[in-house]
Amino acid sequence: MAEDLLSPRLIVVGTSWGGADALAALLGALPPEFPVPMAVVQHRGADSLEGVLVRFLQEHCAVPVREADDKDAIEDGTVYVGPSDYHLLVEKGSFALSVDPPVTLSRPSIDVLFESAADSYGPDLVAVVLTGANRDGTDGARAVKEQGGVVLVQDPGSATRPEMPAAVIHSVEVDEVLPLERLAARIAGMGLEP
Amino acid sequence: MAIRVGPTRHALEDLELRLLLEGIYQHYGYDFREYARASLRRRVWRRLLEEGLETISALQDRLLHDPQCFERLLVDLSVTVTTMFRDPSFYQALREKVVPLLRTYPFVRVWNAGCSTGEETFSLAILLHEEGLGERARIYATDINDVVVRQAKLGTFSLEKMREYTQNYIRSGGKASFSDYYKVYGDKARFDPSLVDNVVFAQHNLVSDSEFNQFHLIVCRNVMIYFDRSLQDKVHDLFHRSLVRFGVLALGHKESLRFTSHTDDYEEVDGREKLWRRIS
Repeated sequence: MAEDLLSPRLIVVGTSWGGADALAALLGALPPEFPVPMAVVQHRGADSLEGVLVRFLQEHCAVPVREADDKDAIEDGTVYVGPSDYHLLVEKGSFALSVDPPVTLSRPSIDVLFESAADSYGPDLVAVVLTGANRDGTDGARAVKEQGGVVLVQDPGSATRPEMPAAVIHSVEVDEVLPLERLAARIAGMGLEP
Repeated sequence: MAIRVGPTRHALEDLELRLLLEGIYQHYGYDFREYARASLRRRVWRRLLEEGLETISALQDRLLHDPQCFERLLVDLSVTVTTMFRDPSFYQALREKVVPLLRTYPFVRVWNAGCSTGEETFSLAILLHEEGLGERARIYATDINDVVVRQAKLGTFSLEKMREYTQNYIRSGGKASFSDYYKVYGDKARFDPSLVDNVVFAQHNLVSDSEFNQFHLIVCRNVMIYFDRSLQDKVHDLFHRSLVRFGVLALGHKESLRFTSHTDDYEEVDGREKLWRRIS
């Protein structure tokens, strides 16, 4: 599996505690022409200021980063960040938002992003779980595997907080567990070969 | 002859969901067929699991034969989790940029479409009261589900939320002491019923009911995110017909007029706060 060439049509990323720095490293490794659209959920408070996370990530990332609006088309070569205090869901080819109750105490919830993306993209999906101190993302990662997608997890030993990646590895048969730097390189290589 | 097992499990579930929505429409007259699929699926699944069932078809059986089960689904489909003065900057913009427009009318009609459990309605009522418009404004607060509308009317929220709501209220430019507006009963905060003396609470379905008045302000935040684009467009037709010329439309922070056929019928009052004024 580790040597397989992956060319997903969508990459979804979930992270919590310590996520901003991990995301900066992950997105910082992407080449400017990286084609695969990416959707990111980072846990944060409902009152966190709009645009702050996007600006921070854009400073590190050569690919355009923007906050997803309701019904936005999912375009190649773009990193989308889920807005605070909404769930980010994936339909075929577009995003949808909801203000349903928090899931695993979180809104945005990683499970909601992963499960809806698994429904819409099935085997064409790669899901990535990074550092975090809770267990959001585990049910979502299971759904991704059930629909034939690929799950990559940050090595808990290399994470600011190991609980979230460890919970996924414990409950789901994941495809690869990699330290952050190699995980970033693995993703940066996706979709670039013919 | 072997039976051809056509669809995958996933496609089968999609079929079940379509049949469920068609059944609900035919039997109860509620039309969810153009709701955004991903969030609708989640809500249907939540109901299904709470009913102790395993498939959408089983839920369909129960829904069609047990109106109370349908009532429960209807609550699931109309309750959202919001706060009073959600997005304080929005309410600040309402005070500074929309209230002066409303003051030019002798009598003001506001439609709070999709009021859910009333957090937004009471926030609007407090704001209009503080701006001296309480006496000459009427708010129509509507939702698809009358159970939720009755709940909204009570103006009773969890006491533990009051710290957050107070923060929001202060940041929104609130002019009084927030705690003057409610009394505490056990673990609940009950808002002063006189705040909603001029509020009409009513059931109204944005999908199937037509316009019922002419409004100077329509507030419909984070309601249409549950609709697909074609349904959003229809509801925008309804709002366009329901707004007086130069009336104001308020949407949620992550919504826009971009995908509708009414882009050119409005001008921006505040782009960031998603406030538009009807110009044609």
